[in-house]
Amino acid sequence: MYTITKEPIRTNKVIENVIHPDAGAVNTFIGTVRELTGEKRTLFLEYDAYVPMAEKKLEEIGAEIQDRWKDARVSIVHRIGRLDISDIAVVIAVSTPHRADSFAASRHAIERIKEIVPIWKKEHWEDGEEWIGDQLERTEYPTGKPKEEHLK
Amino acid sequence: MIKVLLFAGLQEKAGKAEVSINRESISVTKLIEEIRANEPNLDLTNVMVAVNEEFVNQPEQIVKSGDTVALLPPVSGG
Repeated sequence: MYTITKEPIRTNKVIENVIHPDAGAVNTFIGTVRELTGEKRTLFLEYDAYVPMAEKKLEEIGAEIQDRWKDARVSIVHRIGRLDISDIAVVIAVSTPHRADSFAASRHAIERIKEIVPIWKKEHWEDGEEWIGDQLERTEYPTGKPKEEHLK
Repeated sequence: MIKVLLFAGLQEKAGKAEVSINRESISVTKLIEEIRANEPNLDLTNVMVAVNEEFVNQPEQIVKSGDTVALLPPVSGG
């Protein structure tokens, strides 16, 4: 249900993980590799992860969702290694009895991935390469660690 | 012996995936100071610390021999 993989993600498999007779909605979020960011042209990305902790944190995000949206089912798979333009980096599937919750829960999952899951991407451009830090550009850790509320 | 894992930019900069600190027990703050002294070219600003796969909330937390510490740069998954 919560996996870090080096292989291409099978989207249908992630969806099947959350299919259930009680579900009336399945929302999927698919994150893909974007070529242009502003004026910069990405050639390819490289993802690294602290795999056991990352899988644990994905599972925690699933638990957060089930805490807030009671009948939700969640599956999240993130790919690491080298990814080319338009390759799928992450697939989130959430099923809920009604549609509004599935949209909200799916959004929650991707935002939390960007906060608490130890996965890093390195951009490779025509003129260089760089490990990308905080993409949210709103979370700073002046104490060198996330604040309590970022971990909840 | 405390194993300290390095990831992403830190790993690249250090040229290795882990460093060892030869201590029986030490606070997270002191551990970071020691790593800074041993690996002066590592930029540990904004680095988060995990002990045994959990984020550290208290820098005074004690790490013991056998624990696995990880230095985590700001994450950028998704």
